[in-house]
Amino acid sequence: MQAANTLRGGPDAAGHFGIYGGRYVAETLMPLVLAVEAAYDEACRDPGFQRELDYYLEHYVGRPSPLYFAERLTRHFGGAKIYFKRDELNHTGAHKINNVLGQTLLARRMGKTRIIAETGAGQHGVATATACALFDLPCVVYMGATDIERQKPNVFRMKLLGAEVVPVHSGTATLKDAMNEALRDWVAHVDDTFYVIGTVAGPHPYPAMVRDFQSVIGRETRVQLQKAEGRLPDTLVACIGGGSNAMGLFHPFLDEPGVAMIGVEAAGHGLQTGMHAASLNGGVPGVLHGNRTYLLQDEDGQIRDAHSISAGLDYPGIGPEHAWLHDLGRVEYVAITDAEALEAFQLASRLEGIIPALEPAHALAHVAKIAPNLPRDHLIVMNMCGRGDKDIFAVAEHLGVRL
Amino acid sequence: MSRIAERFARLRGEGRAGLVAYLTAGDPDPDTSRELIAGLAAAGADLVEIGMPFSDPMADGPLIQAAGQRALKAGMNLRRTLAMVRHLRRRDETTPFVLMGYYNPIYRYGPQAFAQDAAAAGVDGLIVVDLPPEEDAELAGPARAAGLDLVRLATPTSDERRLPQIVGGAGGFIYYVAIAGITGTRRADTDAVAIAVARLRRFTTLPVAVGFGIKDPDQAAAVARAADAAVVGSALVQRLAANLDAGGRARPGLVAAVLGDVQALAAGVRWARSRA
Repeated sequence: MQAANTLRGGPDAAGHFGIYGGRYVAETLMPLVLAVEAAYDEACRDPGFQRELDYYLEHYVGRPSPLYFAERLTRHFGGAKIYFKRDELNHTGAHKINNVLGQTLLARRMGKTRIIAETGAGQHGVATATACALFDLPCVVYMGATDIERQKPNVFRMKLLGAEVVPVHSGTATLKDAMNEALRDWVAHVDDTFYVIGTVAGPHPYPAMVRDFQSVIGRETRVQLQKAEGRLPDTLVACIGGGSNAMGLFHPFLDEPGVAMIGVEAAGHGLQTGMHAASLNGGVPGVLHGNRTYLLQDEDGQIRDAHSISAGLDYPGIGPEHAWLHDLGRVEYVAITDAEALEAFQLASRLEGIIPALEPAHALAHVAKIAPNLPRDHLIVMNMCGRGDKDIFAVAEHLGVRL
Repeated sequence: MSRIAERFARLRGEGRAGLVAYLTAGDPDPDTSRELIAGLAAAGADLVEIGMPFSDPMADGPLIQAAGQRALKAGMNLRRTLAMVRHLRRRDETTPFVLMGYYNPIYRYGPQAFAQDAAAAGVDGLIVVDLPPEEDAELAGPARAAGLDLVRLATPTSDERRLPQIVGGAGGFIYYVAIAGITGTRRADTDAVAIAVARLRRFTTLPVAVGFGIKDPDQAAAVARAADAAVVGSALVQRLAANLDAGGRARPGLVAAVLGDVQALAAGVRWARSRA
């Protein structure tokens, strides 16, 4: 079990955060998952591994990403002081690359010669294809046929980077099915293949490992805000699909009782409509993709389709550590609709000259709700985890603009 | 003695291996499915494996994925699967029924309630693909208490360090997955299967059934020379799918076609050792 005096010690040796997490995979994969865990543990003890990762994070990704005082938005809301953690400025335009580089270096260390990944919006796929180009590894990205249709620019990017993009037609042909297909590929290529999972989900050690790689976001934030304000933040806000950018921002602060944290799920057309992607606000615990966590499902335990304007949040589950933090009450989880996110998308573009991805637009929409009612010395840090170039077509369509 | 143990004891007595026939409950519709599964034993299946449909079957290939989708679309769910078993059990006292599927529907049902209801319906064993030994305690306890065998899977990737953990606490039989891969794709290498089964027997006295990648009577016969049973699923599901009309409805003759395959497979398994 986790030590009682810290929220940062999880998971336990078997990968459980309370009742969540674990390793619910077919027996064929168990030895592989255990091998990834052993290799990751060993890498964590090797300062050379972190040095190599740090090198690429600095020189290839462009870290540290800035912590930016969003002055005009702060004035606009007239309350709390708002900072953006600018992870959209990373190479490839989102936080995904932080994790992908970590896992790709681990795959190389394990002598794996082939990389597979799943992708929804395509950001994780692009990041994985990028790392594979950098390290000269063959890369296969599974992507739901529905998502391929709505994310054509990212599909082309992946192909330019040399990846093979495999359309997934099974099930509902979206992210969850892409993950099923990646797991099926892994079962059939056990000797040479490493599965780079894009979020803090999947069988242990993935949720902890992805969190560790993304925690660079929170560690930098801590140092940067100390420099700017001389203190810790009051509130952290991040959007949640699987939850990797949020986990990366939150984790270094979990043991600071004065720091409030808010995870923002996608409410789609509204929680009451059933057309949403809010696993914590609208789901119940279940088992899928190697872990126990909150899932959108029917009474028979069949997984339900998620819905969000943001393909990156369009996942019927959530990382198990979030499920645990939700039950503990340590992190507050709220939900923002498509319409609210669209409004925030335009607001950030006009007031700050930053076109956010639709994912962090959800986080910003919640900041817009709380900031006006908070005092001026209240410090909010919101993770601007992706840039919006990929979303301009979808947004134009929703705004009734023909490009 | 459980029905599964009794059945394997009888097979040993007859000096032959058994045939395990798999079909997904509710595929292509509940009525046809019930008729089909009810006919399996008479067609020569020694054990009947019934798939519990799930929206996200990550260990299954396209054939069984499609079977699950057809069943779900036709309104199948876990409660109806148990009701089907109850109906089948009233007509067949002796054939072991083993449910195979994924954990989430069971977890949603409640492991305790599910184990009790499954046992009461006449289920004999459970195979839960995404529940490795590390995670199966919360189902294994209630299952054992209800008199159900929790069948564990061994695979080509299960090394000698791992096998003792797999066979310890396993019930009924060991299900050896003959290929590193998903159902209905690669052909199993029967020589490799024989070596793997021999290795398994060093760790357990439980019967060993071999499945994944067994497509025809010859292959089933080859497996039957080494193992205690051969499991055939995707090949039967493929025959079923070939007998659907464009709208996915059962065409006349579907049941006879599938059961005809079962007869051929059963003949292969029955005469395997005398021919060897």
